[in-house]
This record gives sequence, structure tokens and C-alpha cells, in this order.
Amino acid sequence: MIVETLETPRRGRFGDPQIEMAHGAGGKATRRLVEGLIAPLFANPALAELGDAAVFPLAGARIATTADGYVVKPLRFPGGSIGELAVNGTINDLAVSGARPVALMASLILEAGLAGAALEAEIEAMAAAASRAGVPIVGGDTKVVEHGFADGMYVTTFGVGIVDERALLGPDRIRAGDQVLLTGPIGDHGITILLARGELDLEADLESDTRSVLGFAAALIDTAGAGVRWMRDPTRGGVATALNELVRGSRLGVAIFEERIPLRDEVRGACEILGLDPLHIANEGQLLAVISPQNAGAALAALRALPGGERATCIGEIRERPAGMLVALNAYGGSRAVDVLVGDPLPRIC
Amino acid sequence: MKYVDEFRDPELILNVSREIERAADPARRYRIMEVCGGHTHAIYRYGLKDLLPPNVELIHGPGCPVCVLPMGRVDDGLAIAAQPNAIVTAFGDMMRVPGTKGTFLEYRARGYDVRMVYSPLDALRIAQAEPDKHVCFFAIGFETTAPSTALTLLRARDLGLDNFSVFCNHVTIVPAIRAILDSPDMRLDGFVGPGHVSTVTGCRPYEFVAREYGKPVVISGFEPLDLLESILRILRQLARGEAIVENQYRRIVAWDGNLPALRAMAETFELRPYFEWRGLGFISQSALKIAPPFARWDSEVRFEVPGVRVTDPKAAQCGEVLKGVLKPPQCKLFGKECNPEHPIGALMVSSEGACAAYYRYAQAPDAVTA
Repeated sequence: MIVETLETPRRGRFGDPQIEMAHGAGGKATRRLVEGLIAPLFANPALAELGDAAVFPLAGARIATTADGYVVKPLRFPGGSIGELAVNGTINDLAVSGARPVALMASLILEAGLAGAALEAEIEAMAAAASRAGVPIVGGDTKVVEHGFADGMYVTTFGVGIVDERALLGPDRIRAGDQVLLTGPIGDHGITILLARGELDLEADLESDTRSVLGFAAALIDTAGAGVRWMRDPTRGGVATALNELVRGSRLGVAIFEERIPLRDEVRGACEILGLDPLHIANEGQLLAVISPQNAGAALAALRALPGGERATCIGEIRERPAGMLVALNAYGGSRAVDVLVGDPLPRIC
Repeated sequence: MKYVDEFRDPELILNVSREIERAADPARRYRIMEVCGGHTHAIYRYGLKDLLPPNVELIHGPGCPVCVLPMGRVDDGLAIAAQPNAIVTAFGDMMRVPGTKGTFLEYRARGYDVRMVYSPLDALRIAQAEPDKHVCFFAIGFETTAPSTALTLLRARDLGLDNFSVFCNHVTIVPAIRAILDSPDMRLDGFVGPGHVSTVTGCRPYEFVAREYGKPVVISGFEPLDLLESILRILRQLARGEAIVENQYRRIVAWDGNLPALRAMAETFELRPYFEWRGLGFISQSALKIAPPFARWDSEVRFEVPGVRVTDPKAAQCGEVLKGVLKPPQCKLFGKECNPEHPIGALMVSSEGACAAYYRYAQAPDAVTA
């Protein structure tokens, strides 16, 4: 059943000789790993959707569950840290599935030698993020590995939520004419991390955008109900990857208007210097939503009325052509196809 | 953003686009080559094809250093990375470029010490910080990046640093342009001259293109307005029946180039008698090697490398695409066996390569309208 959803079974099959960094970058290699190896062998209806969270019926409700691993380096970066990222990211995966998170769990893999204060800071950050979102962390696990076998600490999370009765979400729900809304400037997280690694000798006054998007998702469902067709938090692979995944293999496409995409000058500058496309850069606190044209105006107003949603914008729309693709249009009539990211974003020098 | 937004002003861009429409004779066809990979990237990134009349065609040239690097040289770099105590450093551009044994990224995933640097001086700093290791800088690029390698060699000499060397793959643009002009199936009308390379070389090296081959050359910047203005200037030269070298990128490029940079290069490098270019074959005096007084810092002297020549698969038609005879999708392998994730031919390798840029940005059907 799942094999049929692949473009062609032969090309989609995972046959890579070894795991490369690209398999974790959210682009084509990740897709091959998930859709060519994991999904076919675990095959079941809830998994088949391959959404941010798996949704299944239980005791009369629709339950959303998600699990996520966090391996960010450095552990602390401007605007956040691995612990805060883990809690927000898990809440966001539930939120964009239309769910109200009920509980989280966290498993910690700690490297011998990690400073006690560093761990304490992360546990505090997790507690604070969970309390801000009003979601308890109800359990977890800790393991310690030898020094040199983990970058300080890794966090794996699990989250469960109840899907709002009014939410009816899915890539198959989008229609031509639907509007694409985005809650704020893109690329802050990815560029912050790239610069925080200190390999590039570039500095910018920039912070990760890590935050819960629960308030935005709830506001959209409150305002537009079933007029909300699809939601996603565009993390790894950025907005381009999220929108490509939305229309891949579909009879519809997405057009976005480049000049409307909110972008801080610092991110834009770094992308110009490094030859990166902001549409491919990771975000950790933005929400992308496709809304029916009738509801889009009210939905945008609702996003803008929330703190942190002031720069929410309608960045594009669903179109019939070109089918299956994301196209970016600029203010002077030029157009380009925007593909998913291949591997990690690497700076271009020469 | 200063020096960027002015050159992306929609109204000005549309004005120049209309001027181009007026300057192009509808009865003839124009084939203009942008030599530089940065230009190719910008042309796709800003959708400039949509702003040109259908009879003005842009041909993507050989100016992507990663694309023209033969696979055997990548294998040599990988062989150095596999030596005990070696650290190989390279620009991000190189990390995904495949040799026959893999890529630098794959070697890093296998546990070899391969690091991405933003400048060769970063590689030198690593060598200073890790005196027990040998740090090799895998140098690539045209005259744009060669001066920074030259300065790094001078610095290594001044520091007397012994655990640092450069694997030199620097190439020069002019012999490649001449090779394209001399090719029998060449059908070009003019050149958008390289921007970054010319900041170093100046404009004089291109004079032979106008003088000997009668083709206009306009050195161009990288913003949409720069490129359109350069194309307009070429069309106007052609209309006047003229062929000269013009400098559109005067805010950066001096006519005589950057003399201190050229001096540093002259001190540290010498011309190789010949060098292989992927897709173009061997071109004489087209690449730089480290000059004998700096042999101590030459990886080719310090390491045994396989030095094996690897040819592209026969079905790949990179040479034809490079010379403008074929458009990328007309190649038999385009988008099938050869795609950005698994590049077979040179031009699919870097995002600046004609095929990769075409694959990434131009697959949208022409039916797209704003």
C-alpha cells in the first residue's frame, strides 16, 4: 500500500551503501531513507501519512503522537538551547497536526564529562518551555555513554495530544486558490546555528526563532476551522522543502512571491555572502499554513493579532500549474522552480 | 540592503528588459555566453530568462571551478585525506563533488578528518593549532580565489610552518575561453565577462576575444540589473557591428585589475604546461602549480597521490553543453542518471554548473505566469 505512494518503487528504494550526513538533512536522502526503508517495513495506516505527527483514533478521540531527536551543536546558541528546542519542536509537531498537546516525555543521552551545570541549564530550559506551553513532561529515560561518543548530550522526545474536532488537515485537502500563510521571518534558526559553530568567521546580531507555535495553530483553527487545509512547521530543509512535500505527486502546485517572504536583513546578508537560499534554511518557531481563500483574510488577521505574529504574511497560493512543484515569482516577472534541499546547506565560496 | 537592493529594483529591471527587446533584431538569433558560474546561478536564481526575448539565448560557460575539476584530482584529495595524521580542508563548494572513491563529505562521514573552511588562512590556523597533524588545503578556483591561496603560501613561508601544504587545482579563465572560441562547433555572438575573476585580472586579458575573434565582451556584476545591462550592451555592440571589451562592473573591477594580488600569484605559482578540464579536455597553460621555491608547501610534492586520469562516461555530453551546442535537458543523461544528488557529468556537480542550475531552477514549464 505504501510502496504505491512512491514515485517509482525502484528509485525510491533505499539502497545507499552507508549513512551520510545528508540522510539527516531533511532533503532527498532523508526521504529515501524514510520512504524507501522505514515506511515500507513498518507499514500501517497512521504511518502512511508521514505527517509531523501520527494521528489515529482511540477511545472516541483522534490522538496525535510524535517523537523527535535533537542533536544540535553547539548545545547553547543565541536565542535558545537544545533543551528548549526539544520541547518547542515536539509541541510544534503536535500543534501543526491540529492537536492540543497533553503530555511530553524526554529521553536524555548524556556524554560522560558533560558539565553538571550545563545539564542543569538544559533541564531548566525544558521545564520552562513546557510550562510556557502548559504541557507537562511526564516521564523519560536517561543513559550515559562514554566520553567521545556523543556531542555533550542528545535529547529524544515523545509527545501526545488530542486533535481538535474542527481540524481537518492533510495535503489532499488543498485546492487551487488556497492561500499560503507564514507567521514570520524565515531562516533565523538555521543561520544562527551556522554562525554559532564559529567555523565561518561571520558574526550577526541574530537569534534562533525557537518558540512554540501552538498559539498560532490554535488561532487558525479557531478562526478558520476546516478552512485550514494543512499546517507545517518548516524546520530542516526550510520552507522550500515543506512546500515541495505538500505538492509532490499532486495535481496542484505552489506559487510564492519572493518579495513577500519575510526575512531579516541579517539572514538575507548571511545567505547572500554564503550563497544559500533562505527558503532552504531551518526554522524552529514558524508556522506555514494553507487556508481556504474565504478564510485567509481573517486567519491572517488572527495571526497578526498574536504576540510574535506581527510579521505574518500571505506568501503565496496553491495553483493548478505547474503541478507538483514549488515556483517562486519575483517582482519583475522572473520565475524559478525551487526544489527541496539536496544534503546540508553548504556555503559557496568560489 | 545597500549595493544589493538598488540592483534589484523592479522598475529599473523592467526598463532595461524593454531596452533589450528594442535592441534585439527580431530577424536574428543571439547566443551569448556567460562565462562565470556565479552569473549562471544568478540568471536562474532571478529568473532572468523570463525577461529576455526568445531570440536572445544565454549559453552557460565553463566558469564553475568545481564543475571543471577532473574526477582524478578529487580522488587525489581523498587519498591525502586517507593518510595517517592528515587533515584535508576545502571550501564548502568542494564537499559534495564526487571522485570515483566518493566525496569529501562521505570521507568525513567515514571518519577521515575533512574540514570545511571559508578561507585558506583558516586552514593555516588549523595547522598552527594542531602541529602534530599535516593540514592540506585543497585549493580550487579561478583568479578569484587564487590570490588568497598565494597569500597563504607566503604566510606559511614567513611562519616557517612545516605541517601545511596546498593541493593546487587553480585554473585560469582565458585559455578556456580561447578553447571554446577555437572549437569548430562554436556558435557564440558575445560574452558576458566574469565579474569576480576580473577584479583580479582586470579587463585587458579579454581584449583578444574582441580583437582576434570579433566578439563583444562585457564584464558584468552579479545582480539582475548588472546582467541585463551587460546583455543590452552586447546587443548594442552587435547592432553597431562593433566588438570591444566593456566594463559594466566598474564599481568593483579596475581596468588593470588588482596588482598586489597578481604579484602574489606571480611569486607563488607558475603555469602548468597543460591541465585537464572536465568536459573540455586538456587545455595548454590553463592551470597553476606551486612554484619551485614553495615546493615545501606543495601537497603534490609531499604526498604520493594516485594521479589517475578518470574520464566522464561517454553518454555524458558535458562538452557540447559547455560550448553551447546543446542545452542541458538535451543531454541524454540529464535528470535521469545524472541529477544533483548523483551527478555524473561535471555540470551537474555544483549549484553553479549549467545543468545543476537548470535542474534546480528552470524545470518549471513555460506556462508559469505571475
